[in-house]
This record gives sequence, C-alpha cells and structure tokens, in this order.
Amino acid sequence: MSEKLESLRQLLAEKLGDKVQHSVIANGELTVVVPAAEYLAIAYLLRDDPDLRFEQLVDLTGLDYSTFSGQDFSTRFAVAVHLLSVSRNLRLRVRVLAPDDSFPMLDSMCEVWPSANWFEREAFDLFGIVFRGHPDLRRILTDYGFVGYPFRKDFPISGYVEMRYDQEQGRVVYQSVTIEPRENTPRIVRDDNYGNSGRG
Amino acid sequence: MGIQAVAEIRNYTINFGPQHPSAHGVLRLVLELDGEVVERADPHIGLLHRGTEKLAETRTWVQSVPYMDRLDYVSMMCNEHAYCMAIEKLIGIEVPIRAQYIRVLYDEITRILNHLLAVGTHALDIGAMTMVLYTFREREDLMDAYEAVSGARMHAAYYRPGGVYRDLPDRMPQYEVSKWKSAKTVEQLNENRQGSLLDFLDDFTKRFPRYVDEYETLLTDNRIWKQRTVGIGVVSPEKALALGFSGVMLRGSGIEWDVRKKQPYEVYDQLDFDIPVGVEGDCYDRYLCRIEEMRQSNRIVKQCIEWLRKNPGPVISSDHKVAPPPRERMKGNMEELIHHFKLFTEGMHVPAGEVYAPVEHPKGEFGVYAVSDGANKPYRLKLRSPGFVHLSAMDEMSRGHMIADVVAIIGTMDIVFGDVDR
Repeated sequence: MSEKLESLRQLLAEKLGDKVQHSVIANGELTVVVPAAEYLAIAYLLRDDPDLRFEQLVDLTGLDYSTFSGQDFSTRFAVAVHLLSVSRNLRLRVRVLAPDDSFPMLDSMCEVWPSANWFEREAFDLFGIVFRGHPDLRRILTDYGFVGYPFRKDFPISGYVEMRYDQEQGRVVYQSVTIEPRENTPRIVRDDNYGNSGRG
Repeated sequence: MGIQAVAEIRNYTINFGPQHPSAHGVLRLVLELDGEVVERADPHIGLLHRGTEKLAETRTWVQSVPYMDRLDYVSMMCNEHAYCMAIEKLIGIEVPIRAQYIRVLYDEITRILNHLLAVGTHALDIGAMTMVLYTFREREDLMDAYEAVSGARMHAAYYRPGGVYRDLPDRMPQYEVSKWKSAKTVEQLNENRQGSLLDFLDDFTKRFPRYVDEYETLLTDNRIWKQRTVGIGVVSPEKALALGFSGVMLRGSGIEWDVRKKQPYEVYDQLDFDIPVGVEGDCYDRYLCRIEEMRQSNRIVKQCIEWLRKNPGPVISSDHKVAPPPRERMKGNMEELIHHFKLFTEGMHVPAGEVYAPVEHPKGEFGVYAVSDGANKPYRLKLRSPGFVHLSAMDEMSRGHMIADVVAIIGTMDIVFGDVDR
C-alpha cells in the first residue's frame, strides 16, 4: 500500500508540478495541499486524467484551525476533500486553505463531482465557508432562520438561543440561553512523548 | 358564460413529512408536482441534527463512543467500528486478533439487523404488510445477541479503542417464568439458549438461510412487489459514482466495490464471502443485493464462530495508555490504578495528525475523519455518513417518477435520520 501511495505522490508531483504546496504520507494516507486559485483546475485534472481517475468525491468538510495547537496554518479556514478512485483503488485527501479569514471563499466542486453539492452546503452552514459557483447554497442542517456558524471554534457549545413553548402567547418562542456550558474534563495538550503509546 | 375550453392546469407543491410514516424519520420533502409526476424534490433535513461532531470536540476520545451508536441507530456497532478504527490508526496500536474476529462477527450481525429492517420496512412502505412482521422476528434474536454481549439491545458501546469491551459470555441469558410467560413457553424459548452466546448464534446461522428463503417467497416473485420496484429509481453506473454512492446503492448499479474486499480491514481478507452486484440499478436489484448480502453475512458469521471457538485470547489491547487494565489487577497494583484513574479522568492522548477511517457500513461507506492536535479530545471529527450522500441524490432519482414511487425510492436508499442529520 505504501509503495502505491508513494508512486501516486510522485505521479501527482509530476502532473501538478509546483501547484502542490505540500504533500505528505501519514497514517497510510496521502494528503496534498493545493492553493485556492488552482483548486478547480486541479479537481478536473484529478478526475479526468487517465492515470489518476478519481471518479468519486467521498467526503468534503470544512475545518476551522483557529485554536489548533499543533502545526501553524497561515489561514483560519480550510476545506478537506476525500477522493476515491474506484478503478485504481486509491484514496487521496486534498486540503485547500481559504484565503480570507473574514470572508472565506473557495470554488465549488459541484460541476466536477455532483456529490459535493450537499457537503458544500453543510460546510457553508456550519463554518460559513462560501463556495463560488454553487447552484443552491442554502443552509442545510440548522434551523430555518438560524444565525451564526455553529461549528466555528468561537461558537459556544450551548449556542445563543433556546426555544420553548410560551403559554401566554400560545406559540413557540426563542429566547437567549439560560444554561451555562460546563466542562468536566479540561482540554489538555501534552508534549509529544507523553504516554508514548504504540510509538515507543 | 360559456363552457371553458381549456382545463386549468396547475402545478402543486406538497410537503411530504416531516411526520410521515414512510419518510423513515423526520424528513421534510418538498415536492413540486405536475399532476402526479414529480418535477423536483427538495429534501429539507436537519430536524434531527444533534451536532455530534461539535459535541465530540468537547468530550474525551472514549466518551464519544456511545454517540456513535446514536448516529445510525439501526447499525450501531458499525459506526463504533469506524470511530475506534480512526483512533487506533492515529495512535498506531494493534488490536488483538480475537477482538478483530469479534468485531467482524458483530459487524455482520449488524449488517443482517440493518438489512432486515431495510427490506422489511421498504416492503411495508409499498404495500407488503407481512414482511416486516417476519423480519422483526429475526431481529429479536440478533438484538438478544447484542444484549448478551453488552447489556444493551441497541446502543451497545461495545467496541472500544484497542479492542472490544469484554469477551463473549459463556452463558446466554434466559427467559424466566412470569405472569405473561408460562413454564411451557419459557422452556420453548430457552431451548436454544442453553449454551454460550456462540452456540446461540450458531443455531441462528443454521435457521437463518431458511428464513431468507421465506422472505424471498414473499417478495422476490411477487407481482405487486415487482411492479412497484422494477425500473424505479434507475441509476446508471457513471451517475452512481458521480453522485458519491457507496454500498448497495453503488453495487446495485453494477459496480463491484466493497471496502471489505478492496481495502480490507480487520480480518476480512481471511474470510470467504462474495459480493453481490446488480445489473439494472433499480430498486428491485438493490433489494436482491440486500437479500444476498444477508446470506453472505450469515456465511461470515459462521466462519467467525468457528474461529472464535478454537482461539481464546485477549480481546483488548494491553497498552494501558489506551485501554483500561482489568479490574482485578487494578485493585492490587498501584501502577494499574494510576492508569485507570488517568484514563477515566483525563482520557487518552492521541498523537497529532489526521486520519480517515472508512468501513463498509450496511448502508454504504461510513467514514470518520478525525483531526487531532495531540490533546485528550478530538480537534475536529467529521462523520461521513452514507445516508447523507444518498439522500442528496433524491432530486436526481425521483424526477419524472410518480409520487407513489418517491416512497419506493426513500425505501431503497435505506435512509435513517440519525445517520443523515448527525
């Protein structure tokens, strides 16, 4: 498997040249980072090139790196795409960093892989990443009329509003949350050698 | 006043759901109709959105295992499997071989559970009332197998990072005489529960092929069933790939792709089973695939039982930075006590990195994309659920069909809302 991935990595380096900003094989998976400007062109190449043939977009997800304590990503938002080539039995992860933190915008993959449609709506809904050229960019998972992007790291786990039935008004009303988020176990990052499980 | 020469033609927009018995949960489907023909279907989802991915960011790694059960609540252990595999891949630990066999055994039991529900309710939705009564009878036995091993009939939380929670029990729980069950009934019910769990499952695998034959006599050549499913929701192989289909939805269209065969995980490469593939890509072919998959799963279960009988051994990793030490040792050993305490307060630390762990879930490819920054909690967890992708093709598949076929298409997609909305 690792030889197969290594040859794929070399093939991609050949085909894409310096458009690949970074490529790494870790945990038996190949990840390539591509610039936002070349994203759409690279997607077409990955799908149509007879040596690559990634016919399927398996998954597309937004990421918010604002509190990430490991590697430093220069921008806050990114999109990770998981591709699968059924004919060549290969998987590939493509990561694109969205250039502008205040208004993250990337090209839509919908015309390359139609399965991206709902995944991009989801990333827009939860992270506020906008996809240029998406045919129908509406919210998908949150409530009608929801405000904010719930999966961003600065959005509290309890949210901002809660809903209840009001006896006097005889309807459901929204009000600001009355519960406070509670953290039982703090988030702790230890140094690399802590525990050392499986790696020692 | 004269006779109106032209009949007034109007397009209707109707709401299908969110409370509709054949919407398989809380699906609000906005259908634009031209007479009885669907012109556009717009599924509104998210009514069961619980934010599992965000919740997981605030819990330690192992605390999220029970959340996985609640995603696709008819194939619980397969969800856990993908999640545990993601953690194991990130940490880089080996799962003991016996635990791998137990996982495969329970994955296949889960597959049968899921397909029984899928086929049963699909038939129920489009008019074959009896089917669901039969399939739920067999589900009961398999639920008992779940209960015997984990104490819960559905939300098992049995798989753990590094293995499974405990070994298979030597004794199968039995029915007791009560106000509702006479001594004679209880004796009958307990007939196949005298031995261990494996004996019970062994007995089940012997009975099960005959049950599947029964289902087939009810449906496979049934004229009404064929009228409702043949040629409905046809998806070409190219389209199935482009729409991101996986599992039965992809194989029904004639593409031979199964993660268990092509990118084997656990011990699937040592087991003997076949992958059924459809030809036409319609609802009927997908139904046939599901039926055949149940037979194949039965075969895998048999092989696992045989292996598990002969090979005792540990079922969870002995690395106590990941898996808790056995309770007896914890009581008498300081180091084990510390491990136990640290694991259940702070939790395990997962090295920084990212991983995508796919499994062949009964509905398709279920994947967990986990990003860790070295903390005791995930930095980001993305759950790639097959139902979400399949439902996104609703518009594509139902366009041009009659409104009654929409129900057949929802049924064939095997939609479960815990899975779609997460």
